[in-house]
Amino acid sequence: MLGLTQKSGIALAAFAGAAALALGGCSSSDPLAAPSPTNSSSSASGPIVIGSQAYYSNEIVAEIYAQALEAKGFTVERKFNIGQRDAYIPSLESGEIQLFPEYTGNLLQFYKPDTTATTAADVYAALQTALPAGLEVLDQSTATDQDSYNVTADFAAKYGLTSLSDLSKVDVPLTLGGAPELEDRPYGPTGLKSKYGVDVAFKATGDTTVEDLLAGTVNIANVYSADPRIQTDKLVTLSDPDGLFLASNVVPVVNSKIAGSVADVINAVSAALTPEGLVALNVQSTVDQKSTPDIAKAWLTANGLN
Amino acid sequence: MNLFADAFAWLFSPDRLTGPHPLPQAIAEHLFYTFVSVAIAAVIALPIGYLIGHTGKGRDVAVAIVGAGRAVPSFGLILLLVLVLGVLHKPAAAITAFVLLAIPSILSGAYTGIEAIDRATLDAGRAMGMTQWQVFRKIEFPLSLPLVMGGLRSAVLQVVATVTLAAYVGLGGLGFYIIQGVPLRRFDQILGGALAVVFLALVLDGLFALLQRMAVPRGVGAGKPHQSGAPRRTNKGVMEQNQDFAVETGT
Repeated sequence: MLGLTQKSGIALAAFAGAAALALGGCSSSDPLAAPSPTNSSSSASGPIVIGSQAYYSNEIVAEIYAQALEAKGFTVERKFNIGQRDAYIPSLESGEIQLFPEYTGNLLQFYKPDTTATTAADVYAALQTALPAGLEVLDQSTATDQDSYNVTADFAAKYGLTSLSDLSKVDVPLTLGGAPELEDRPYGPTGLKSKYGVDVAFKATGDTTVEDLLAGTVNIANVYSADPRIQTDKLVTLSDPDGLFLASNVVPVVNSKIAGSVADVINAVSAALTPEGLVALNVQSTVDQKSTPDIAKAWLTANGLN
Repeated sequence: MNLFADAFAWLFSPDRLTGPHPLPQAIAEHLFYTFVSVAIAAVIALPIGYLIGHTGKGRDVAVAIVGAGRAVPSFGLILLLVLVLGVLHKPAAAITAFVLLAIPSILSGAYTGIEAIDRATLDAGRAMGMTQWQVFRKIEFPLSLPLVMGGLRSAVLQVVATVTLAAYVGLGGLGFYIIQGVPLRRFDQILGGALAVVFLALVLDGLFALLQRMAVPRGVGAGKPHQSGAPRRTNKGVMEQNQDFAVETGT
């Protein structure tokens, strides 16, 4: 009995010690601060480091950038599948990664959460001033991959829905499904209320948002506009006349040190990338199950860029 | 900026009692999934474990199942089961994954609990003319109870930590704060949610440690300090301390 009490005492003391150390460690420095920029990692002579999100569509665009640059004699290094914005922005700011396919609206919102710009041109202009020193964007493409609210074809037909403002005609309770963070995004339930006067409940459906919409656990789903499932599952995307969503065009973010040398190659890619083209690229990945390098190669060949 | 102070401020803010995800509700959801999963796992694993321990048969199979079960990745299993069972059965899918996680500990607790009993005690029971059922009920069941409780204890600890994943399929619980906080970059919310899980795990572990001690039949714990049950617990204590020291040096 005594031995046991002593042991739990030691364990408790050890725990308290660990906690104190952890608390002490945190008060002295900010563990989340971006690492300080290093000059060596972004020297002009080394390979161009290209990153991508952990999102298949983003990786295809990154691979297109990589192959387009390789075709023009550049050496590139691929750091794909890094995760979401929070994970890779520090590396981008430090120069560890020098080129990254991004989305104008979402990136602007990352730096300026209270932005009021919604049209493609306004967002692109605002983004250029919002980016930190050392980073810049090249030309944006017309291809968009942005949040959109979708309903099933049956639901749209039943209530005559084509636009978000039509949602006020629906006489059943509305539930919006999407990633957990949508609940607190400006374009989430609060935005729907303030822009369109529509009250919706929220359900975090994460990776199964489209399945949930089809099963009826939610009746509005937040799906990216370039998602092939909007076509394959016959979803109806509600139009957004009052600009609830920020336009989010595919745009290359680049380290200023290499911006000049890669601009011509990457701008040619952006000029050729259309909204339909992006959906087609995604279909090749999700429906046809082709590999990312093959999809990129075929697209570059078709557009005469390699 | 002190993250821990921010996290505690977040945890104890009056806002946690209102809004769409009040903290008490998240804790209740978390506990609900934990206890339902462990209870179902116990109903499945205890009879099998007792049977293996009592008859001594099927031990190799049980060891293999326990080993394999511990290697199953819960996160992948939850998502897979949600897709297989359909989104209308998300709770069933998540609970199935947690049950599979809890079974190995409970199963091994039950059969090792019976195996650890002194054979002479069992022989004495049989010599007194006890039936198989009486041997189980009067000797094996009470004497195996400390290790059985130990199995339940580690199952509860594993499941309470893993229920955090339920939020990935929209089932709430304390994990929701973490997975919502990451994309919104709300570090106070992420750490607050994580600390709440840690707190819940410590409370439950303490509770089961108490139950485990109470499960030692009168006259056994004090009389046989070096019996099979006791050194096991000592080893565990040392392991826990080592972990704490590792955390300390790692920080």
